[in-house]
Amino acid sequence: MIAWVLAFFATPLGYLILTVLKALAILVPLLMGVAYLTYFERKVLGAIQLRKGPNVVGPWGLFQPFADAIKMIMKETVIPSGGNRALFLFAPMLTFFLAMIAWAVIPVNDGWAISDINVGLLYLFAISSLGVYGIVIAGWASNSKYALLGAMRSAAQMVSYEVSMGFVLVSVLLCAGSLNLSDIVRAQQHLWFCIPLLPMFVVFFISALAETNRAPFDIPEGESEIVAGFFVEYSSMAFGLFFLGEYANMFLMSALTSILFLGGWLGPFGLWPVLGPLWLILKICILLFVFLWVRATFPRYRYDQLMRLGWKVFLPLSLLWLVLTSGALLAFGWLPHA
Amino acid sequence: MAFLDRTARSLLLGELLAGMALTLRYFFRPKVTINYPYEKGPLSPRFRGEHALRRYPNGEERCIACKLCEAICPAQAITIEAEPRPDGSRRTTRYDIDMTRCIYCGLCEEACPVDAIVEGPNFEFATETREELYYDKERLLANGDRWETEIARRLEMDAKWR
Repeated sequence: MIAWVLAFFATPLGYLILTVLKALAILVPLLMGVAYLTYFERKVLGAIQLRKGPNVVGPWGLFQPFADAIKMIMKETVIPSGGNRALFLFAPMLTFFLAMIAWAVIPVNDGWAISDINVGLLYLFAISSLGVYGIVIAGWASNSKYALLGAMRSAAQMVSYEVSMGFVLVSVLLCAGSLNLSDIVRAQQHLWFCIPLLPMFVVFFISALAETNRAPFDIPEGESEIVAGFFVEYSSMAFGLFFLGEYANMFLMSALTSILFLGGWLGPFGLWPVLGPLWLILKICILLFVFLWVRATFPRYRYDQLMRLGWKVFLPLSLLWLVLTSGALLAFGWLPHA
Repeated sequence: MAFLDRTARSLLLGELLAGMALTLRYFFRPKVTINYPYEKGPLSPRFRGEHALRRYPNGEERCIACKLCEAICPAQAITIEAEPRPDGSRRTTRYDIDMTRCIYCGLCEEACPVDAIVEGPNFEFATETREELYYDKERLLANGDRWETEIARRLEMDAKWR
């Protein structure tokens, strides 16, 4: 029986089915996680502002995400008459789609990645860069000044922060000697990269905040200045897809930070390797809490401050640390595969 | 040197981390939210809510139709008509308060020589139509009957300040 199943999974059709199953095994918990991240966010923000947060729908308000989802689905998708209908509807799909496909290369445990490709890091970098298209298309297709302003801000922001993020990734891959995410985690067996590359870890996390348009870098939304930025014209599930995409991106960035700097599925000091995926989930949760905590703490950056931070602080800092890292690796002969 | 000092401080994120420490402390503080329809905040005995006309313990209404409340009402929300009863006592035949006009200043209560008209502790009398907020004498007396215990307690608590 088992041999027969394995043989079936080796056929092209079986391989396809297996891949779909694997994708579902990642995406279903991810979407549930996204739903509960919105709940968790409201609870954390509430607690920091001395409020209780949602507590009416179900025990401790636990059914709130479902109530929100039902509300969102029941609403009408309003399409602006002056907008480009096709692109208007395409943009949220693209954003959501990109947020989902990035998970193909995330290793949940040793060898538990849907596709364990050897350019995983580049793939993720490419996908997260594509994310800006959804926002720019949404901003343009809405035919609204606020949406366009939001889209322009978002494009400028993402480009600025991708540069320093790229240098951070380069210093990580120098230390790991591989672009494969599983190999990067394995390279952290003895020492998580957040210790030798601490400044890079901080730069990466802050850039991740900017990449996901989260506070204090949420100027593409900027609800107090440009209403809701690029998705001001969106309603119903079209808005919902943007929302899901944004939160899924938060998960993705937390997962990436865990894998690059916090040893992915490895426990601290090699503790309980059996727990594997749970360690990763725990790290993701802690980082997500920091995302929300930062949102509750800091006011939004002004546009020029954001540019200054990206180009005049993070870029030189990451470049400097890149040179230092490679220098140290060469000088002490720590280069992997050397 | 000052430049170096400033740069080092900002790179070490000292102030940002202090801010985050502050919000984290708030995270664990007790919440101030009151679960409103089930929990309510404390009310002062002087709280001026919905009006009520009180009665004497024997069931006779207190109001003697002196019209002082009507006279003092800055919003002119009170309308009173009166005539003597067969037993010779002076009572109102009509006592209307337009609650949409009332500004809840409490002057009617202050003016009343017999503690008949009072503003009770009730603030949950929202309605769906304006008409329901034109209170007549019956409604006000019913309010008085409903809230009498509470009103008496509040008057007693506040008495030593008056």
